[in-house]
Amino acid sequence: MKKPYQKAWFFVLPVLFLVAFNALIPMMTVVNYSVQETFGNNLFFWEGLGWFEKLLHSERFHAALGRQFLFTAIILAIEVPLGIIIALSMPRSGFWVPVCLVTMALPMLIPWNVVGAMWNIFTLPDIGLLGYLMNHTLGISYDMTQNPLAAWATIIVMDVWHWTSLVVLLSYAGLVSIPDAYYQAAKIDGASNWAVFRYIQLPKMKQVLTIAILLRFMDSFNIYTEVFVLTGGGPGNSTTLLSIDLVKIALGQFDLGPAAAMSLIYFAITLFVSWLFYTLMTKNDTE
Amino acid sequence: MAQITLSKLRHSYYPNPKTPDDYALKEIDLDWEDGGAYALLGPSGCGKSTLLNIISGLVDPSQGQILFDGEDVTGLPPDQRNIAQVFQFPVIYDTMTVFNNLAFPLRNRGMDENAVKQRVQEIAHMLELDGMLHSRAAGLSPDNKQKISMGRGLVRKNVNVVMFDEPLTVIDPHLKWKLRSKLKELHQKVRATMIYVTHDQTEALTFADQVVVMNDGEIVQIGTPNELFERPAHTFVGHFIGSPGMNVLPCEVGQGMAFFHGHSINLEGVIDSTGAGKTEIGIRPEYVSLSDQGLEAKIRKVSDVGRHNVVDAMIGDTLVKAVVNGAVPAQGETVHLSFDPAKTRLYRDGWIATQTQGAAS
Repeated sequence: MKKPYQKAWFFVLPVLFLVAFNALIPMMTVVNYSVQETFGNNLFFWEGLGWFEKLLHSERFHAALGRQFLFTAIILAIEVPLGIIIALSMPRSGFWVPVCLVTMALPMLIPWNVVGAMWNIFTLPDIGLLGYLMNHTLGISYDMTQNPLAAWATIIVMDVWHWTSLVVLLSYAGLVSIPDAYYQAAKIDGASNWAVFRYIQLPKMKQVLTIAILLRFMDSFNIYTEVFVLTGGGPGNSTTLLSIDLVKIALGQFDLGPAAAMSLIYFAITLFVSWLFYTLMTKNDTE
Repeated sequence: MAQITLSKLRHSYYPNPKTPDDYALKEIDLDWEDGGAYALLGPSGCGKSTLLNIISGLVDPSQGQILFDGEDVTGLPPDQRNIAQVFQFPVIYDTMTVFNNLAFPLRNRGMDENAVKQRVQEIAHMLELDGMLHSRAAGLSPDNKQKISMGRGLVRKNVNVVMFDEPLTVIDPHLKWKLRSKLKELHQKVRATMIYVTHDQTEALTFADQVVVMNDGEIVQIGTPNELFERPAHTFVGHFIGSPGMNVLPCEVGQGMAFFHGHSINLEGVIDSTGAGKTEIGIRPEYVSLSDQGLEAKIRKVSDVGRHNVVDAMIGDTLVKAVVNGAVPAQGETVHLSFDPAKTRLYRDGWIATQTQGAAS
């Protein structure tokens, strides 16, 4: 057998270096904090796995994790089907294609904190367009600073408005790559619209949908800015998602140890669920 | 199975066509006999795919009618015409097994599952797909995928017509030949009318009993491969079929004779006296030979194409190609060319303008 080219790994070194500096080393400092206790003055005491144990038994953590999963599940359940439906109803050619694409892309171009601020003003009960309309024109009591349900509805609608476009654009890219012959053959085979969707469009969209779902899962599971600007985690703790809770512990209470342990668990969950998604969705391809 | 009649068919992709150039198809009148093997041959953009899509119902013609066994089907959607179409790139339903792919058109029509099973097995056997019925269609090679898309058409009983739209484009060269003979064999078995669209003359001539040559939205000639080769009705056919194509030489006509560079040329028969227009002599390189006398020509190039040599000779500033077996002249040499009179024809404005010897006598 021929010996593999030995110098090849030299070319990988720069990447290794970069990854080390922007991911591995910072993460190791977090690992370092997570096993120690500090009261400031750069004094550290060994804590072992204590923080992890406490966190995993903490009701506060369970509640935040539950809210986080609920939020992600709801927005995925809305954004993925909605995105596919919008992509299916977009024209395949002609003047309206660029118009649709640009309109779709607009929400994604707005910075996170601006989105939060926009929706904050939009929903103000007395002067916000939506808030005023709900309370004074339609007569429905709506105040997301008071009512947890209103707060949840608002963060979900905000995320759907902000990110459904991503699913739309990816699905659309998958759809336009289907050659006309598939639709023609389906017509000749007498396939119904549902059969065309089920056996032609969905399989051809599968790869981009896998990516869309993964991206939407990771982004929504790690969401911070929009919700923080909009509700600040309130009313009460009702919209305190994992990331918001984490920042409260790390910067509010300055509990570096518990916050570091939480970061690691948070990261592990995101990684695991992403891996699970990906494995399940690509499993059939190798059969 | 059905006889297919196209009557005064015209099609334009513009909403309001004005000039003839706006039409992708210019008035087609054509009968496809029941059970015939036809090839539709022409260069890219000549309208052959449009014609095919009109027969299958994927495109509605601007004018004219399509009849299956005398019955007007112009307004019927594709799934009600009972036709099969095989596309350039294999269309298969990726997520299904081969069996489910073949069963798909039957199940869509609500056929009983036992009957589906029996029919699919029959067709799979015919296409030699038996062994792979339960594997996923996505993993198969392109030639097997094409067989599946063919099978999805044939699986329905009494298919009116099976149409192939350049089906061998993505097939490896060594499999092309195999699949082509499979098609031919299939035609003999099912006796369905088959129309095979291609721009490759070899494919057309080997598959079809009758070849329909199209150019620029018009049918130029219909005939057996031999007829197309021996007596092209149009210079386009002469040029398009044959390798190298027919020599088309500008000439003058006077007193019932054709003159080329001042020499009178013997033709196959009497010149049709009607009409004026650009006149040309057409002769295939196969019927041009080197001889002691005849037109003087200078050799420009000799290409060895294996079985024979193709000689490019210049008569004045006109290029004449000749197919030569055996000894060939050297480049730059001066030779004499003679044309076989029985194969030499006059074309006026592209169309043949001599009568055959039989007709003239």
